[in-house]
Amino acid sequence: MVVYKLQTPISEADIRKLKVNDMLYITGTMVTARDQAHQRALEYFRQGKPLPINLEGLAVFHCGPVMSKQGDKWVAVAAGPTTSTRMDIFEDEFVKNFKVRVVIGKGGMGKRTTDAMAKYGAVYGAFTGGAAILAAKAIKSVLRVEWFDLGMPEAMWIFEVEEFGPLTVAIDSHENNLFTDVAKNVEANKQRIYQKLGISQ
Amino acid sequence: MEKAKIVENVAFNIIKQAVIYIPDDVKQALKKAYAEETSETGKTQLNAILNNIELAEKHKAPVCQDTGTIIFYIKAGTQAKNLEKVEGALINATRRATKEVPLRPNAVDPFAQRNSGDNTGRFIPFVNWEIVLGDSIELTVMTKGGGSENVCVTGMLVPGQGITGLKKFVVDTVINAGAKPCPPTIIGVAIGGGADISMKLAKKTLLKPLNEPNPDSEIAKLEKEILEAANMTGIGPMGLGGKTTVLGVHVDYAFRHPASFPASVAFNCWASRRASARINADETVEYLTRKMEM
Repeated sequence: MVVYKLQTPISEADIRKLKVNDMLYITGTMVTARDQAHQRALEYFRQGKPLPINLEGLAVFHCGPVMSKQGDKWVAVAAGPTTSTRMDIFEDEFVKNFKVRVVIGKGGMGKRTTDAMAKYGAVYGAFTGGAAILAAKAIKSVLRVEWFDLGMPEAMWIFEVEEFGPLTVAIDSHENNLFTDVAKNVEANKQRIYQKLGISQ
Repeated sequence: MEKAKIVENVAFNIIKQAVIYIPDDVKQALKKAYAEETSETGKTQLNAILNNIELAEKHKAPVCQDTGTIIFYIKAGTQAKNLEKVEGALINATRRATKEVPLRPNAVDPFAQRNSGDNTGRFIPFVNWEIVLGDSIELTVMTKGGGSENVCVTGMLVPGQGITGLKKFVVDTVINAGAKPCPPTIIGVAIGGGADISMKLAKKTLLKPLNEPNPDSEIAKLEKEILEAANMTGIGPMGLGGKTTVLGVHVDYAFRHPASFPASVAFNCWASRRASARINADETVEYLTRKMEM
């Protein structure tokens, strides 16, 4: 395991150094996107409309934060990750079209995303589910919010972060997927458990 | 003070306590898991969880951004007064907590796909009533995260397969849930009654502290057996591998129909959020999960 600290915009060469199980901290610009922001971003791309922010080299965070407006400034109160599998249907196109280098969430992603990350050079960083204050404390400022019409959790929040992490590299850009590895191990353990509990199949 | 206002204030306070402070029994279990975890990645996750719990307490901020669906369990004394005002007070408390704690607005009209913005809507917050002897009202709140709710399962098992069939059902459910419910989780298992009753019982056991096994020693043995089996899966903290997948298991049951074997598995994420308080007839209030800070 190697610990990496990367600054956005992140280059393809830098991201290709990362391997599954490495630990990553990110400093720079991070953008939140859940189901609806992914969908809208891809619609914009198809229509040839520019996104509110150029995502090349940035980190996209699967997160629906609790935000609080203090005066005219937004503050992140709690900002942990949401379940990433819901974004599996969008992420390959997202990585391909917008060249984001790091996708952050919880629970892992599937083969479509893993293949796209290998092809275009990106990683999936698992952030501890529920660790919302740890995340919020790494958000140094809220640059702005876009697509607020989607509601607080679904809007695109643009954050300036400092040493955001720890992220466990769970999908690297070399077709390795930690969640697939764990699933294989679990499947093997299942037979041992059945045996112990006297379960015949 | 007016009774409705007292109930509203107490409900507000326990919602706030629940979303910020993880109960001591869960914290202890997480610390023990951290000490015993051998996977490096698993240890990293548990360390982040423990740091996060501490930060939430220090900053008095919700421990997780998914502040959940608000569910109340009320024990209403037969002699308690003004019970008709309780539900209205709970709704007011929910609205206030959404604004002031703050909570994430999590109540969506499933037809219009519109978020009400204040955590209230048809049947939400949900209120479970129980009538008990006495003149006090005991309020308990569970704020239930979506990730762990999405993997709760009810199955109609085959009666002939008995408890062995149940064990297989629970193990398979834990494996299918994988990383999704934010492990290490707490699991409630209940059988019998009917499809709805088994899930209601399973979910209610999530309110029990982890150090309170079932008083029936046979059931307590089953709880332990399921816990050990779940931790043999290797799913680990956050599904990234390791030996801590489940922190505790509670089992409950109702008698069953001869032809039916309903079984439910309810999950809670590590961020188990619950708090209780009792309002006595003389309007004094006892906070049962955690003392109120003045």
